[in-house]
Amino acid sequence: MAEQEYAYETDVRIAGDILGYLESHEQKSFLRFLTCGSVDDGKSTLIGRLLYDSKMIYEDQLASIESDSKKVGTQGEGLDLALLVDGLAAEREQGITIDVAYRFFSTEKRKFIVADTPGHEQYTRNMATGASTADVAIVLVDARHGVQVQTRRHSFIASLLGIRHVVLAVNKMDLLDFSQNRFNEIEEEYRSFAKDLGFSEITCIPMSALNGDNVTGRSDSSPWYKGQTLLEYLENVDVLSEKEGRPFRLPVQWVNRPNLDFRGFSGTVASGHVKPGEEIIVIPSGKRSRVKEIVTYDGNLDEAMPDQAITLVLEDEIDISRGDVICSTDGPAEQSDQFMTHILWMSEQEMFPGRQYLFKTGNKTVAGSITALKHTVNVNDLSEDAGKTLHLNEVGVCNISLIQPIAFDAYADNRKTGNFIIIDRLTNETVGVGMIDFSLRRADNVVWQDLEVGKAQRASQKHQKPAALWFTGLSGSGKSTIANLVEKKLYDMGRHTYILDGDNVRHGLNKDLGFTDADRVENIRRVSETAKLMLDAGLMVCVSFISPFRSERQIARSMMEDGEFIEVHVDTPLEVAEMRDVKGLYAKARAGEIKNFTGIDSPYEEPMNAEITINTVDMSAEQAAEKIVTWLAANGYLQEG
Amino acid sequence: MDNMQISELVSRAEQLAGQTGQSLSTISRKLLNDGKGLARLKDGGQLTLKTLESAVQKLTELEQVGQAAAPKALTHLDRLEAESIHIMREVVAQCQNPVMLYSVGKDSAVMLHLAIKAFYPSKPPFPLMHVDTTWKFREMIEFRDAMAKDLGMELITHSNPDGIAEGVGPFTHGSAVHTDIMKTQALKQALDMHKFDAAFGGARRDEEKSRAKERVFSFRNAQHRWDPKNQRPELWNIYNTNVAKGESMRVFPLSNWTELDIWQYIYKEQIPLPGLYLAARRPVVERDGTLIMVDDERMPLEEGEVPEERMVRFRTLGCYPLTGAVESEATTLPEVIQEMLLTTTSERQGRVIDSDHGASMEDKKAEGYF
Repeated sequence: MAEQEYAYETDVRIAGDILGYLESHEQKSFLRFLTCGSVDDGKSTLIGRLLYDSKMIYEDQLASIESDSKKVGTQGEGLDLALLVDGLAAEREQGITIDVAYRFFSTEKRKFIVADTPGHEQYTRNMATGASTADVAIVLVDARHGVQVQTRRHSFIASLLGIRHVVLAVNKMDLLDFSQNRFNEIEEEYRSFAKDLGFSEITCIPMSALNGDNVTGRSDSSPWYKGQTLLEYLENVDVLSEKEGRPFRLPVQWVNRPNLDFRGFSGTVASGHVKPGEEIIVIPSGKRSRVKEIVTYDGNLDEAMPDQAITLVLEDEIDISRGDVICSTDGPAEQSDQFMTHILWMSEQEMFPGRQYLFKTGNKTVAGSITALKHTVNVNDLSEDAGKTLHLNEVGVCNISLIQPIAFDAYADNRKTGNFIIIDRLTNETVGVGMIDFSLRRADNVVWQDLEVGKAQRASQKHQKPAALWFTGLSGSGKSTIANLVEKKLYDMGRHTYILDGDNVRHGLNKDLGFTDADRVENIRRVSETAKLMLDAGLMVCVSFISPFRSERQIARSMMEDGEFIEVHVDTPLEVAEMRDVKGLYAKARAGEIKNFTGIDSPYEEPMNAEITINTVDMSAEQAAEKIVTWLAANGYLQEG
Repeated sequence: MDNMQISELVSRAEQLAGQTGQSLSTISRKLLNDGKGLARLKDGGQLTLKTLESAVQKLTELEQVGQAAAPKALTHLDRLEAESIHIMREVVAQCQNPVMLYSVGKDSAVMLHLAIKAFYPSKPPFPLMHVDTTWKFREMIEFRDAMAKDLGMELITHSNPDGIAEGVGPFTHGSAVHTDIMKTQALKQALDMHKFDAAFGGARRDEEKSRAKERVFSFRNAQHRWDPKNQRPELWNIYNTNVAKGESMRVFPLSNWTELDIWQYIYKEQIPLPGLYLAARRPVVERDGTLIMVDDERMPLEEGEVPEERMVRFRTLGCYPLTGAVESEATTLPEVIQEMLLTTTSERQGRVIDSDHGASMEDKKAEGYF
């Protein structure tokens, strides 16, 4: 067979001229690609075939899959190449691939990294992960079944993540005697479906991964096929030239400051080229300078290229820090704090519009929130649906709002500067990822007015320190009663106060909100913003809401300045609150007349580090109010500000 | 001999290296058929007039080729290098207290070399840490200390004091107990003691099947456990480095390198390695088909066993009683690479630790083995 001869020649070459061999292999190019398709389409077999034929399997590994093939293989006494690939124990037992695995092989011309991803809908996030770093997607279809729902899904996700080169691998052609008609039918159907997905090139190859036809060697069974084999395609596809000609971007990762005489900006070139002497502009600050040196350990460069990790030294001492992007002056990155984006949700915990998350770009982490879910996108047929939240593996078109502007490009223009991940502030989990479509407005048009009368002036006029006492606890725990008593005591001491509670907010500002989790989040967000305005006005404000979610209270805390947010946990056990049942709500909730009632069918997350905890079983409301005022005095809140 | 001509040759060659992105040693080999030739000339070395003439002629040819070609594309090694550097810089910019786990092997050598490059002209802003099981090859310890001293980097070493007190070792307690106590537990102790929130390790995805799915930034809970079913998604080159107090990350900058890439890079960059990787006459005994080097007097010889001198080298380095030697005549790096390319046994087979079957590595990792 042709591959064996090839391998033999390679061995002779290695044995004969190792230095020459090393040198030619030093100059290899590099390609990352993705394979997608379900187990039944023969994906693991295809990868196993590529590894096997390119001699990336050692004898002992081979021996181990030979024995495994007999135990759990699907090929009878034959070698089950898929076993080379399916890694984690859980997967091997279930016979499916549940995560992204990375495989490596190389030929004389190129080194390849294969992202091997599962095909089922519940693993959309895994496929997106593999697609994010790939330049080519191999979409497998079973020739017997043709273009399926999952073929469309895989193609859509590849397109969403910005892959421009697709191979439609029409597999298992051996089972159809390599029928040219069948192949043409599938090719035609796929091309007509994919025409709007923005691929720059689609290559269709008839193959049998099991036998190796048209994978590494040309097949004798398909004389009508004149195109490249899969390996020829992978060795020759050009993914670089379309990235050329883009303007220079260096997202600053780290400021390199070994001593007072050297100040460099380290990062990986996201696009474009740069040379010493060229003028640059820093986004978002807008400051300009020229490149003095491009520093690397191996000496200064005359020119830096995309994907090189470099350190730039500039002519002028301008203020640049991590998060800035150094750009060419012709065609700098945009900046904004409001975007329309495509978001793919990756967490078991659903997305809540309004909740604060961290957004991390290539080099900057900024707090912000998803302000609107415009619609969800069905990954199977690209249809649009209305929705209030995103669940795991769902894609939505969302508006986001950040608390600071960032430098960016549209993802369609630059895959390195138009993307972000979304991190949950409490669990630190990566809960979603997004791709920027465009800015909703120019952030620099909206500048906060710098009022001469500020918070400090207003507070000092009232001779007090602004503070928000945030009462949280179950319904009927006594929050409002205690808050009212506290306000009365403060008022008697001449303080300027206000109470925000369900009664005065739910009937006006928030009357459009119900009691679903998403609405509760929005409710608290509005209340937090209102409390913040009142602090700005110099008031002492008592906020009395069940506020069951820890993360929402944490967000309220983070919106205010240090020390302004005082969490008061009105700690009443559920049985006691339910027994009191002042408004008869628990009875109704138990009877199923009220849905989403905290403590009954919706969770209450107790504070972990409340400033003040009130035990209403041992303490009267009056004693509780006294305890709070004493705490305020002891902690300096009642000194004249 | 005209020293002007020599220095002109060297500076033109260096310029060509900069323009084409080839290493100086590659060009040196093309001009002088000797990878270190130009370096020697730079240090004042001499050569015959005839060699000089032919070198100048070859250089002129190369320069013409270089000018004709478009800007040089990055090679696969350039790309791997850039990716690793990006990862290291990200850790330093985002984590409070990182450390580099330095095992003295070839992967650690590459990782350390990349760290020097990543932060140049600064020194890598973190210490090196070596978990010493007290059964490492003596030569590894010497090499380790010399490297840290040469680079002026802080080196932390840690051995499990409980294990030492109980006299734990591979001969008395077996490889599983020894590895658990002196390696896995010792590593956890050291990480806890210094409160590191990020630890670089030299593991590669191509080493073993369960590692193919390991993240670059691998999250560990406060007990250092790895949960394969609950890994953070990792997209593009954006890494989530957020951890709560007590939790940490293991970071693998060499994730996408293969064994061949490692060797090729060591050769290209002339990275120093312990001599154990090259074949030499060493005292060994053969046990259950594995050649074990008698590195010190703690090695108990079984009846009839007599250490014999054989030409051997090591494909991986670890505790000497647990590291099998291979018979080899390869005394230079290219010869080692040559043998590796022609060999048919995979790298980890020299390690006595993974000879159990199936998912054992996955279990060890879940418990905190690196």
